Amino acid sequence: MKTLPAVDVVIVGGGWTGLLMAKELGSRTPLSVVVLERGPVHDPGEYSKEMDELDGAVRKRSGIKVQDCSKETATLRRSESERAVPLRELGLLIPGTGVGGAGEHWGATSYRMMPESFEVLSKTVERYGAKRLPEGHSIQDWGVTYDEMEPFYTRAEALLGISGKAGNIRGKLIEGGNIFEGWRSEEYPTPPTTTPYFSSLFREATKSLGYHPFPAPVATLSEAYTNADGVSRPGCTYCGYCNMYGCMIGAKAQPTSLLLPVIKRRKNISIRTGVWVRRILHETSPVKQRVQGVTYFDASGAEVFQPAEIVVLATWTLNNTRLLLLSGMGEPYNVKTGKGNVGRNLSVDFKFAAARVWMEKPLNRFMGSAPTGISIGDFEAGVLDNSNLAFLRGGMLRALNSGYQPIATFGPVPPSVKGTWGAEWKKAAVSLYDHMEDVRFDGELFAYKCNFMDLDPTYKDVHGDPLIRMTMDWGENERKMAEFATAKGVEVARAMGAKEIIPFRGLGHFDANPYVVTQLRGGTIMGKTPDVSVVNRYLQHWHASNLFVLGGSVIPYAPSARPTLTLLTLTIRTADALVDRYLKDPGPLA
Amino acid sequence: MRRRHFLTVSGGAVGGLLVYSLDGKAFRVSAEDKTVHIPLRFFDEKEARIVAAATERIFPNDETGPGAKEAGVVIYIDRQLAGPYGRDRYRYTQGPFEIAASDLGYQGKESPGEVYREELKKLKGFDSLPASEQDERLKQIESTHFFSLLRRHTIEGMFCDPMHGGNIDLIGWQMVGFPGPRMSNRDDVGAHFGEAFRPRPAGLQQIIGIKVVSSEDEK
Repeated sequence: MKTLPAVDVVIVGGGWTGLLMAKELGSRTPLSVVVLERGPVHDPGEYSKEMDELDGAVRKRSGIKVQDCSKETATLRRSESERAVPLRELGLLIPGTGVGGAGEHWGATSYRMMPESFEVLSKTVERYGAKRLPEGHSIQDWGVTYDEMEPFYTRAEALLGISGKAGNIRGKLIEGGNIFEGWRSEEYPTPPTTTPYFSSLFREATKSLGYHPFPAPVATLSEAYTNADGVSRPGCTYCGYCNMYGCMIGAKAQPTSLLLPVIKRRKNISIRTGVWVRRILHETSPVKQRVQGVTYFDASGAEVFQPAEIVVLATWTLNNTRLLLLSGMGEPYNVKTGKGNVGRNLSVDFKFAAARVWMEKPLNRFMGSAPTGISIGDFEAGVLDNSNLAFLRGGMLRALNSGYQPIATFGPVPPSVKGTWGAEWKKAAVSLYDHMEDVRFDGELFAYKCNFMDLDPTYKDVHGDPLIRMTMDWGENERKMAEFATAKGVEVARAMGAKEIIPFRGLGHFDANPYVVTQLRGGTIMGKTPDVSVVNRYLQHWHASNLFVLGGSVIPYAPSARPTLTLLTLTIRTADALVDRYLKDPGPLA
Repeated sequence: MRRRHFLTVSGGAVGGLLVYSLDGKAFRVSAEDKTVHIPLRFFDEKEARIVAAATERIFPNDETGPGAKEAGVVIYIDRQLAGPYGRDRYRYTQGPFEIAASDLGYQGKESPGEVYREELKKLKGFDSLPASEQDERLKQIESTHFFSLLRRHTIEGMFCDPMHGGNIDLIGWQMVGFPGPRMSNRDDVGAHFGEAFRPRPAGLQQIIGIKVVSSEDEK
């Protein structure tokens, strides 16, 4: 195997967190930084050509914008007694590929996490006692508090130009914002996006019920904004091509529009595309571990060794976990004994349509942007009193105006219509097409001992390495929370004047139906001590102090807020720790 | 090399139909044209006739608007099955192939193209049955993987950008009030509350003025 000239930093994965770390290190230090990315280069100037639902959202531009699962996928089972089968098509998961990764096709929803999410175990126990925790849970505190995160959240929001309305500035509550959110040091960088018709109905209805609606914070700019890097982006045009598309004008914060302009100015950062990282090489002595670099298949297919002083793993939840397992780093989680941490605490987005509604009047659903809408935080954990409820924690109800396209959204009809094809169905589906929407719920999902990742014993990738296997199912707490949220969603739908309402059918088992839970968490979780986590509070590997792990894999459970903003916030915090402390005195930061 | 197949239709039956030749050029069929030969990429003519008839039963022409025949759904499906999707270029196709719970996704070995080829054999003569018998026949296969593909592909062919061969003359989009990739709704998103706002639809290539290579034409 050929050994390439050594570099200071190698970053595996050119998505959101990898490119943000490259920008931070590359512009704040003279270090040589190399980003290794499996997919191709993307040019956001070409994104208007991709505004085609069939090739975009339906076929998903496999291998170009989204991981080619013919080469590598994951397997899934719900419990140890089931045999895992491969996810043969994209749908449940839509991992990005190429420079920018899934950051190019994300929806851009950008809530901060609720303060107590970071201390989920101690806060829940403090309020309700350890006895009420669900059986088999494995939640734990993150090792960082909201107060510590706040200045970094503010920096991440300023970088992306988040549009929103503050509800709590240094303890002062502000009507119209989310009064239940954690304190923030300042107002959002840009005002909220426009509230379209359906969301405005939701806002009025929730207000009339005594709840506290607020505009969803989004990374899709409401107006033109220039950040501290001098990167300017225009305001959103509400074309609706956000989820599964790159933004044609860069109004949506996407790595190619936000980070690449800065990276390109720096000669010490380079990005190698078309390379497939296979192993992290490390030396192990009784006293310490140290990573030496990574091996990868280069664009010609030859396997090479890239030595580096610092390795940053930023390949998303499944691959971060898989690369540690394939490289023999750390003890794999053993579900029977509970020992080992690599692979532990797999969790996913817990979201569903609490009430599917058909409204009297047309909604003009084609207009909007993926994250645009109104939410209420009245049922969030810490706001809701769970004392007399059958579940712990909570979540938020939301209405969205995402901008809908017809292949994905044509077809559903109220139960009074018979069949899913033929004359009667067609007639109803055509006339009701622009009247249907959802009142959504985004809830918290506990981490459980039985939900984890390991290497699949049967299925292999195109190079013969084992696929990652997910073992994942919902628990009783989620089933009970879903019942509660459905009742609340129906209450709101009625107040909105919905003509027809279908309540959520209830939570069965986790399945592979395409409802997009790409935002997986866990596998290399952060924590206070090495016995319960893989990385420390600076996302530094507990045993190999020159290895840092970024992205969803470090999040120990699934709070109701989508993780991206928090992942970027954690990345900025790690970059500070690297620049201000580690480079001066390499070694453990915690 | 595969023998060239054509779908032969009478101009009178499909007046105004916009079709795409093998090299991607569009031409319009007028009512005066007695018979038109539409080049097929995947189906043979018999298969194409069955698919055209079946998709028309799934999405019939009625008083709410045109159906699968007018939208060219069969042409759309033909191109998809001949392309990378139909050949499973991007599906994980390594074995073993387990019979798994249906909610773990399609686990079969057969590609969409192979499924159509095999299942269409069982629908021999379908296109010459009366509509009510066609519906009966489809009800019998309603729960099969093949039918779920057929239904999904019918919706795709009704509402895809016309560059993919379906949604001819944007008739699907017009029916549901979808304008296509409209570059800006900035002045409209906060207006038109409670009333239908229906900008004139246009396809992607029409809007950006550049030829776009679609996935089914990928080499």
